[in-house]
Amino acid sequence: MSFQTALELVLAAVVLGVAIWAIAAPETSAAVVSYVAYGLLLALIWVALDAVDVALAEAAIGGLGGVLLLGAAARLRATEAQAKAERPGPAVCVAAAMLSALVAAAIAAAVLLLPVPAPTLAPAAAANAAATGMANPVTNVLMAFRAMDTVLEKVVLLLALVGIWSLAPDNRWGGNPGLRHQADPRGVLAFLARLLAPVGIVVGVYMLWNGADHPGGAFQGGTILAAMWLLVTMAGLMDTPRISSRRLRLVLVAGPAIFLTVGLGGLWFGAAFLAYPQAYAKPLILGIEVAMTLTIAVTLGLLLAGAPERSAEP
Amino acid sequence: MSSATVFGVCGAVVIGLGLYGLITSPQPLRKIVAFNLVGSGTFLIFGVVARRGAVAGLGSDPAPQALVITGIVVAFSATALAVALLLRFFQATGSATLRASAPPSTASDTSPG
Repeated sequence: MSFQTALELVLAAVVLGVAIWAIAAPETSAAVVSYVAYGLLLALIWVALDAVDVALAEAAIGGLGGVLLLGAAARLRATEAQAKAERPGPAVCVAAAMLSALVAAAIAAAVLLLPVPAPTLAPAAAANAAATGMANPVTNVLMAFRAMDTVLEKVVLLLALVGIWSLAPDNRWGGNPGLRHQADPRGVLAFLARLLAPVGIVVGVYMLWNGADHPGGAFQGGTILAAMWLLVTMAGLMDTPRISSRRLRLVLVAGPAIFLTVGLGGLWFGAAFLAYPQAYAKPLILGIEVAMTLTIAVTLGLLLAGAPERSAEP
Repeated sequence: MSSATVFGVCGAVVIGLGLYGLITSPQPLRKIVAFNLVGSGTFLIFGVVARRGAVAGLGSDPAPQALVITGIVVAFSATALAVALLLRFFQATGSATLRASAPPSTASDTSPG
């Protein structure tokens, strides 16, 4: 057994241990912390699988998901006792364990019996990389070869946000999402938010710009920007915007709108929906990515902030 | 034993764990965490398939990688929607149980304005 395999086995064992605790921990908040640790360790597995773009996305979204789930766990603390009383009996647990083991064994067998040689689209992606002028194959797939998926993904983000906003009570509609965060303006959190946010914004923009030729891209950059915005709101330096704000809504639809406009332009001037004219492919894709980064950052931030909980009238 | 095998089996076990948690946890928030584990195990198997398709100078097939990035975003937005639904349910009823036979709580919608 080589040294690399030994390291990979240890990594897999640690990830599985953390995943087990995320299911078995007695307290919900402990389970959520385990889940966040699981996400960060999973990013290491993605690096080991040579999928650095996915590792960046996983690490960035893992942090945001942690904030979301920890906040919810804190609000639901009062329900812990009732949940403990409702725990299913041993018969249900044994049956569930057997079913889960069966499913896991079937999937493991399928993984072990995957066809050799493995089917792959890598040669096609490498051969057509010149068409977009970008060297990062994952960005090429996301923004050009399978751009339709990315358009629909942006629409899903917006739909989720519409769904969350529609949970607002009538008298809160149009107001600010979430509760106003209070923090000591001279405290550590406010200091950290002032210190880290400018650096984080530069890192987020770098991640977007770098995504053309190296791992990174609109989604990873946007997630970091959202995290910085979240830090600033949690430190009480800034409030969440009212959801009735027209400027906010313009930013929210800017990414998908520009993407769809370019896509329809491809139908009008070129061969197909989302077909970029080859001479302008790179500037067009970069333009879409810039708009999308802003939209992603704002949408993710608002998804975390939740339903409006304060009325629009002061 | 290749890295694809190690992490592929790891992904399969994570799916099993998530399924078990989804069935046995009575707390809806923990069902959401468990469901995310099922999703993330599935993504890991995608990653293994991508790794096995490494040719033409690329360390990993970019098509499944792009699908996984899209999947991570969609899973996150679905999680955010589920958490918001759960919090609203708790706000409206004062409990977070999924039992149909649970006694209806009298707590009304009284969030601080």
